[in-house]
Amino acid sequence: MIEVRTLTKRYGETVAVNQLSFSVRPGVVTGFLGPNGSGKSTTMRLMLGLDVPDSGQATIGGKRYRELRWPLREVGASLEARAFHPGRSARAHLMALAASNAIPRKRVQEVLGIVGLSGAARRRAGKFSLGMAQRLGLAAALLGDPGVLLLDEPVNGLDPEGIRWIRGLLKSLAAEGRTVLVSSHLISEMALTAEHLVVIGAGRLLADTTVTELSARSTSLEEAFFALTDGSVEYRAETRNS
Amino acid sequence: MSSIATTHYRFRHVARMEWIKLRSLRSTWWTLAVTVAAAIAIGVVVGAKTKDGSGDLTNNALGGVAIGLLLTGVLGVLAITSEYTSGMIRATLAAAPNRSLLLASKAAIFGGIALVAGEIASFIAFFASTATLPGSITAPTLGQPGVLRAVVLSGVGYCLIGLIGLGLGAIIRHTPAAIAVLVGGVYIITMVVAGISESIRGYVPISIVANSLSTVQHLQGAPSPWVGLGVLALYAVVALGVGGGLLAWRDA
Repeated sequence: MIEVRTLTKRYGETVAVNQLSFSVRPGVVTGFLGPNGSGKSTTMRLMLGLDVPDSGQATIGGKRYRELRWPLREVGASLEARAFHPGRSARAHLMALAASNAIPRKRVQEVLGIVGLSGAARRRAGKFSLGMAQRLGLAAALLGDPGVLLLDEPVNGLDPEGIRWIRGLLKSLAAEGRTVLVSSHLISEMALTAEHLVVIGAGRLLADTTVTELSARSTSLEEAFFALTDGSVEYRAETRNS
Repeated sequence: MSSIATTHYRFRHVARMEWIKLRSLRSTWWTLAVTVAAAIAIGVVVGAKTKDGSGDLTNNALGGVAIGLLLTGVLGVLAITSEYTSGMIRATLAAAPNRSLLLASKAAIFGGIALVAGEIASFIAFFASTATLPGSITAPTLGQPGVLRAVVLSGVGYCLIGLIGLGLGAIIRHTPAAIAVLVGGVYIITMVVAGISESIRGYVPISIVANSLSTVQHLQGAPSPWVGLGVLALYAVVALGVGGGLLAWRDA
């Protein structure tokens, strides 16, 4: 269970997250949607204690991230595709993270197998394609077999086969009773993966509902999303009149 | 699993992560190897070219330390700035959110490795240099007063300069800027200070290592070896203290 309570974060003049409140329940995949610059990544950084909010708080299982006893065993996160040193092998990267939370070494082999990187485990991660980097990030998130998963745009860079694979994986992780929050700007992908949706725009909550309910508001989920975020899109190409 | 018995992650877990991180980069071993090789090579050249046996032959033998110090300092900078460059810092902080504990672990592991490398470099440079002295000159031995101390403290100098680098890296976070400040602070400032004031010149990091830590014969105007060691350690503590404070306070 993730709870976000009246969370606000400013970077200078910009209000990245504005009085945001929602909760993420276990058992279903929750999609975290919003246009570019809407504050999805900032919210996830605040959940992980990487940035400190100006007001409000985010808790995981009732605790702030910094209070977790074994963070990686309680929360698995993948915030950016290449959060690793390019000179280190995938295996060494995971071994180091495992050591920090006293996770058995054999688990490293297991997660490499789960994400399909066993064959590339000893290669320098800097040579990985974006898709492989995403898989390594996912392996790191799964390392501590955590009950909560926070994944920022995990589908980016994956090929169609990889996208289908991660969709199934996320659903099965949720079905095991885990809390799974997945951010994306791909509505069509979320329509296939998520059951619940949290939609934000310009740092504010726009909707906290189910995929079914939101889709029913318009002709399609995509149309419903555009109707919802219309007032909060920051970057948009000008309409060409020809 | 015995490790589960402890209630939460601790220093030893984070230190183990830092050890795996450091040892799994080839650049760590290359840099340390070059550091040691440079110290030995310069010691050998200086030893072989010695014509006057009345100078501080131990200090001469340790003449290569200055180059090694720069590399160790840079390695200290990279131990943290490379995490910012790559984004690894977010994974590290997610694994160990206690930032003071994280920097303490990094300092312990990196400082330990730099100390071992520094002692290896100093001792081998000393033996290699004294072995290549011309036959007419009596070589210093570790048993003579102050010689062992000079060799050991030179090795400690590597560790402390490395830790200053680590602290600067934590403060500045950007690799080129942190290296510039390190080189400026450790080397260039020496030349500037030398032109301004003779009395504080001896307290600049590189002067402490070259003129206090690695000498047997006390140099006029330089602080004593132990005072020099204390001042250098103080620099490292201040750099790490400020770096740790900023690390805990700033967004990652």
